Amino acid sequence: MTDLDPEPGLTITCAEVVELVTDYLEGVLDEEMATEVEAHLALCEGCAAYLDQMRTTIRLLGHVPVDSLSPGTRDGLLAAFRDLRPPPAEPAARGGGGRGPGPRRQ
Amino acid sequence: MPPQPPKPASEPSTAAAHLRAEEAAPHAGEQELVKRLRCGDDRAFTEIVDAWSPVMLRVARSHVSTDASAEEVVQDAWMAVVKGLGRFEGRSSVRTWAFRILTNLAKTRGVREARTVPLSSLDPGAPAGPSVKPDRFRTADDQWPGHWTPVGSPGRWHATPEDSSLTGELRDRLATSLTRLPGRQRAVVSLRDVHGLSADEVCWALGISASNQRVLLHRGRSRLRQDLESYVGATDGQDRR
Repeated sequence: MTDLDPEPGLTITCAEVVELVTDYLEGVLDEEMATEVEAHLALCEGCAAYLDQMRTTIRLLGHVPVDSLSPGTRDGLLAAFRDLRPPPAEPAARGGGGRGPGPRRQ
Repeated sequence: MPPQPPKPASEPSTAAAHLRAEEAAPHAGEQELVKRLRCGDDRAFTEIVDAWSPVMLRVARSHVSTDASAEEVVQDAWMAVVKGLGRFEGRSSVRTWAFRILTNLAKTRGVREARTVPLSSLDPGAPAGPSVKPDRFRTADDQWPGHWTPVGSPGRWHATPEDSSLTGELRDRLATSLTRLPGRQRAVVSLRDVHGLSADEVCWALGISASNQRVLLHRGRSRLRQDLESYVGATDGQDRR
């Protein structure tokens, strides 16, 4: 389609832009190259769409579920914490022991 | 103030928000946190275990060979934190301290498992192909070599952002695609984009250079974008204009 024909004045190619897109988003391009990329994006619908897709990909990655500790490991750690926690700073240290939660107002 | 229910550990924003908050104000709340931990406040301990463990698992997994192994390393790291709290002098943030304990244990474990080469000593790996298939660009004999062909030019993903069902689909697709990335790309993309760590934090946690981090991030993200594009194109039959 004719509206996809590159405009004169595109000093870098689309093939180059797709390899620069991460550095562009990371903000590590020098000013001259960043300007070239931005100018290209203003003129090239394909690369603008590409950048948009990349941003969508990154945004969606923020919603991918993450692995957590298994409940057994988590419970074991909590039990160990209660057991091994250092004695309180107060002089009247009551020694270690598997007592309940620490001194909290709850 | 009533106690807040612990946030589900599987909520990705939990760890990210926490890390970013700490980044913004490095030692804010630090003394209070350490004090609570030393006093045996198990709610404080539960909070940091839930908030930091998902990132720790991801970091550990980049050094060791199995998920089970990574979980053991994280468990060992927390035990070392609990035992070491009495001697912790607060010269670094408690999070930084905990993560350094973790990375040390993970590296040691990785070496013991005789992984061929530790992650940190590797270059970005075998030369990857270009981020986009070359046949989508015009050839050297074209008036505009290296620019998109009409058919190869990417289209907008119209429905993605606000359509929650499609977003859910794409998120699931991404989760699967992530597991198929080469290990180092997966580690960097996960830590950056899923867990929300900064570039500096990822370099520090994985022991890689800034440029190495960017190359891995670029290859991983590029591959995931391609994968989503194929999926979007295949599901709604959207043509490329």
